[in-house]
Amino acid sequence: MYDSGKIIAGLIIFAALFTSPVWYDVLNGKALQRPDLVLPSKENQKECVAAAEFMRRDHMRLLNDWRYEVVRKGETYFSSDNGKEYEMRFTKTCLGCHPNTSQFCDQCHSYVGVTPYCWDCHNKPRNLSIQ
Amino acid sequence: MNIVFSLLAILVVIAAAVLGAGVAKLYFLFGVIIPYASIAVFLVGIVSRVVKWAKSPVPFHIPTVAGQQKSLPWIRNSRLESPHTTLGVIGRMALEILFFRSLFRNTKMELRNGPKLVYGSNKYLWLGAIVFHWSMLIIVLRHLRLFMEPVPSFVFAIQGIDGFFQVGLPGLYITDILILAALSYLVLRRLVDARLRYISLSADYFPLFLLLSIAVTGILMRYFFRIDLVNVKELAIGLFTFHPVVPQVTGVLFYIHLFLVCTLLVYFPFSKLLHMPGIFLSPTRNLANNSRMKRHVNPWDHPVRVHTYGEYEDEFREKMKAAGLPLDKE
Repeated sequence: MYDSGKIIAGLIIFAALFTSPVWYDVLNGKALQRPDLVLPSKENQKECVAAAEFMRRDHMRLLNDWRYEVVRKGETYFSSDNGKEYEMRFTKTCLGCHPNTSQFCDQCHSYVGVTPYCWDCHNKPRNLSIQ
Repeated sequence: MNIVFSLLAILVVIAAAVLGAGVAKLYFLFGVIIPYASIAVFLVGIVSRVVKWAKSPVPFHIPTVAGQQKSLPWIRNSRLESPHTTLGVIGRMALEILFFRSLFRNTKMELRNGPKLVYGSNKYLWLGAIVFHWSMLIIVLRHLRLFMEPVPSFVFAIQGIDGFFQVGLPGLYITDILILAALSYLVLRRLVDARLRYISLSADYFPLFLLLSIAVTGILMRYFFRIDLVNVKELAIGLFTFHPVVPQVTGVLFYIHLFLVCTLLVYFPFSKLLHMPGIFLSPTRNLANNSRMKRHVNPWDHPVRVHTYGEYEDEFREKMKAAGLPLDKE
């Protein structure tokens, strides 16, 4: 092999970069930990505004639609699939059941590396009593 | 014909993923076994290709590169185009790898009325290539949020810049638009110009269609038919920590995307995409143009048995003396 020193060094750098998630995850150890959600324990509100499966995938879409409905169209109420009416308010309706954002929102958001800009406008409910 | 073949090949790949993961629900095969196998093929393939290249003899540097060679002190030399130092070579390589310097020199030839042959600069190929490659790099780095736990801070920085415009939710990434635009241009470029179409092979269309379908499935999954990302990350982390789990992801779009990426990884070491490691081993880019300063001896020259005059005289001294021939040494 010609220039073997340089080429082997280059190949090692390439392999190390390509497999970097392996080193990173193995060295960090606790990588297999799943997000740990604390679900609300409210008596009068047993279910969310939509099915859990839908909310897991599309809650951001729903929130975006709510914002559009409220800000642009002046609508206030959202009727869910099970016929219930909910007020389209993030702080009241959503955070009413899930007041502790660090035990709910942030669990998945930090796990998959999402930084939503909710808190650019909304106050984080740090003064609400946490059940 | 070439384009039809490439399109059919892509459709077969997509159909395999739809049938395998969507209909037959072979989640472990498509989510664990095929990704492991394709990563192995990619790594071993690239390394063995590079080792094979490294075994072929290194040519002498090519002095007729695009800049003036360093020679006499009063002739101005081009330090980056025709470098004579290692630092200059690193500079030339950096320009090539980061900014595609040689594509920037791309020219176009046209026969105008007259008849007159005119040459002009043509930067569109360079623009399409650089937009595609940089978008691809940023997109791959963005994917590290699903591969690494905890998510490294530079990934957040990239996401912040890429999603700068904060359009919609999930936020629109600029690179998603750019990669589609660049790849579409690179496909159309081959189709619109009859001469380019004539020299385009299936191996030219296939990688473009492959990358395009990877980008499209990814974009569909982000903006239109979302999947539960927590399950995706769990699958990825399981793969990278060698504790593979049975994938909980159910969206067929995810398996199409993953299978297309696996196809790309397997296709890579056997195709034109090898220019990725190949650019580092390009003799016109990585050899210093220093033949006026340094003597280069051909390393694979066969050792020639020489017989000098001194040795000749030693051998025939007596006979030469007897014949009265003049001698260097008495």
